Amino acid sequence: MAAVTLEAAHSRAELLHQPRSNKLGLWIFMASETFLFSALISARFITSGVQKPEDLNQALAFGLTCVLLVSSISAYLAEAFIATGHRRAFLAATRVTIVFGLIFIGGVMFEWREALHNFPPGTIYGTAFFSLIGLHAFHVLTGVLGLAVVLNLGALGHFGPSNSWPVEGVVKYWHFVDLMWVIIYPALYLF
Amino acid sequence: MRPLFRAIKWGIGGYLLGAVAAWVMAGASGPLNGPIEVTVGFIAGLIGWIFGIGGWNNWGREWFGLPPKDDGKDDWRRYFRFNTDHKVVGVQYLVAFIAVMGIGGIMAMLMRLELARAGTDFMSEETYNKVMSMHGILMVAVAVAGILGSFGNYLIPLMIGAQDMAFPRLNALSFWLIPPVAVALLSAPLLGSFEAGWTAYPPLSVLAPGDGQLLFNMGVIAFGLSSILGGLNILTTVTTMRAPGMTWGRLPIFVWAGFSASLISVLFTQYFAATLVMIQLDRIAGTAFFDAKAGGGTLLYEHLFWFYSHPAVYIMVLPAFGVSLEIITHFSRKPLFAYKAVVGAFLTIVGLSGIVWAHHMFTSGMANYFHAPFMALTEAISIPTGVVFLAAIGTMWKGRIWFTAPMIMATGWVFNFMIGGITGIFHADVATDLQLHDTYFVVAHFHFTIIGGSIMGLLGGTFYWFPKITGRMYNERLGKIFALWVTIGLNVVFLPMFWVGVNGMNRRVAVYPADLQRVNEFISAAAFLLGAGFLLFIGNLLWSAVKGPKASDNPWNASTLEWSVSSPPPHHNFPLLPEVVGHPYEYGRPGARHAVLSTTGATHG
Repeated sequence: MAAVTLEAAHSRAELLHQPRSNKLGLWIFMASETFLFSALISARFITSGVQKPEDLNQALAFGLTCVLLVSSISAYLAEAFIATGHRRAFLAATRVTIVFGLIFIGGVMFEWREALHNFPPGTIYGTAFFSLIGLHAFHVLTGVLGLAVVLNLGALGHFGPSNSWPVEGVVKYWHFVDLMWVIIYPALYLF
Repeated sequence: MRPLFRAIKWGIGGYLLGAVAAWVMAGASGPLNGPIEVTVGFIAGLIGWIFGIGGWNNWGREWFGLPPKDDGKDDWRRYFRFNTDHKVVGVQYLVAFIAVMGIGGIMAMLMRLELARAGTDFMSEETYNKVMSMHGILMVAVAVAGILGSFGNYLIPLMIGAQDMAFPRLNALSFWLIPPVAVALLSAPLLGSFEAGWTAYPPLSVLAPGDGQLLFNMGVIAFGLSSILGGLNILTTVTTMRAPGMTWGRLPIFVWAGFSASLISVLFTQYFAATLVMIQLDRIAGTAFFDAKAGGGTLLYEHLFWFYSHPAVYIMVLPAFGVSLEIITHFSRKPLFAYKAVVGAFLTIVGLSGIVWAHHMFTSGMANYFHAPFMALTEAISIPTGVVFLAAIGTMWKGRIWFTAPMIMATGWVFNFMIGGITGIFHADVATDLQLHDTYFVVAHFHFTIIGGSIMGLLGGTFYWFPKITGRMYNERLGKIFALWVTIGLNVVFLPMFWVGVNGMNRRVAVYPADLQRVNEFISAAAFLLGAGFLLFIGNLLWSAVKGPKASDNPWNASTLEWSVSSPPPHHNFPLLPEVVGHPYEYGRPGARHAVLSTTGATHG
């Protein structure tokens, strides 16, 4: 009898603390990642100050920035839809977000083809450009993979209003990656 | 053992696949072990290894909507697979890092063999560099993760009254990232090894011909990931999983120490990863971070590197502070003196640790106006550290001291770490540091802090918790001999190094002025004796783990929660749920209790 009560208490304890743990863990992870980005951003300013080459593709970078910012809205909608039980709308919003993410990555690849000629990695601006954007694009890619996983699981019917943490977690991460771009973009293109 | 073999197969397969794919994409012309091939191969191999050992069964299947799969039963083989029990992970860490310490120790012996003579008799200067670099990085790894990985994982859930860590799978992952790191570092000699020390300063780390530097970079980045995930887990566990009544003010001091060290490792470790990524990019992608011709510079490296690596010394010593204070209070049979001040000191150290890094760079050519503030801030760290010493001494003061092997280690920690701390002031002070920089004075100083501070905590904790972990008692007489051996031996080996340092013996090089040879002969002989003493430690533990007398649940009559359960603890730690009703160290206060165990009503909040 005692053992049964104990098992119940254990699983009740699990239910109570796990959402808190997940949230806190994700925030700690993002704080840690902020330090990684800050290391490379400070390297950009220490080595090359605010200098930038003339032949940066400003139009493309501005467009990609808009794509990423809008993707944050669709990601937010995905989270809100699943939290209120609108599964089909959630799936649609997640798909849209993935497409925006892929457009961003495609745009970066296109930009790199030009950039490799104009300011190769061996130049001091190219060093900052390729390392920072590479690091960020890698994070976008992991975000897209995360979205693909929740899309797949959502299509299989895994999530609902009471069980939306994985969606919430991936979307928070997506916002974080966006936020990093909001800092990287001026550091590389605007100053 | 099947998961382990699968992991090895997938790891090797991943490496080959990655290397060949990179080779084909690079034009299929160069050698198969070129820089890019090795880099991509390592990443693919690491992923293969992680998926093979348990990543696929625990996460991968979940990603595709399949139920997670657990492989294997709970017999001795659980230590050789992806196991989410925090006690198994703790033991895996402890055994792995004692083994790593052994390898690093052999490197140290080889170095002392060479340094017994002034010239290069035993190995070339280049070989010496490589041996020294290997010794450095292995021992840094032991100091960083030795206590936090083993006792942090094993004891923090027990001490706070939890069933496990907050993220048990992440915990297992953080351990299983370690073997590929060891493989990368130890197989680096196949590619020409790395010779820029554990600090990996450019330009040598970028320009040195040996591609072992690539494996060093990738391995240490993976190690950093493990340390970040471990720290994240500890922070979350302590915040969310405390038993009812376990308020922040009632946490055992080791939990506070682990928490503080985790704060540092979660945030600052990223900087080491970032610097190593930069070196890797400079080596394989032709970037110009550290190429002065193109506008980069090595000062950048030193700033970013020490922004991690100075806080890292507090990742090494803070957990040992916690272990030693635990031991001192239990064996003095008195409440911990100035508990709140110690917690404040830990957190002050965390805060100050991030703003003192440039004291490593007084001779580097950075701007002069940095010197005075970094000197003052560095010296300010001696205030919270002094509080920790005062707490240790105040706890022992008029206590009923019980001199067991762990207690000898802990009092030896007070003495030896104090020497390390006081000689640190010579380096914080600009005027003396300009003279002493890069001499053996520095080597002696940080060995007193890291062996005296961190490793003695690891050794003392191993004795103290040995009966809890194994259920058997170690041999007390041999334990005491070993504790005294290390405490005194450390002084015999490293005190003369202050002298040779002041007399101009450079660190990191195999040769030195001939008139210092007599002292170095003495140091080498003493070092061999100190090293041999560790055989006593290993022998004692191995023999006692199998044949030692059965230990009771609480052989030290200690009050913290880990001693309230059986030795070794049952699977979910607490057969009865604990409820904390008082402070952890109420020795000598009649009727005071730390916790009561009950079946009813307890939930985690």
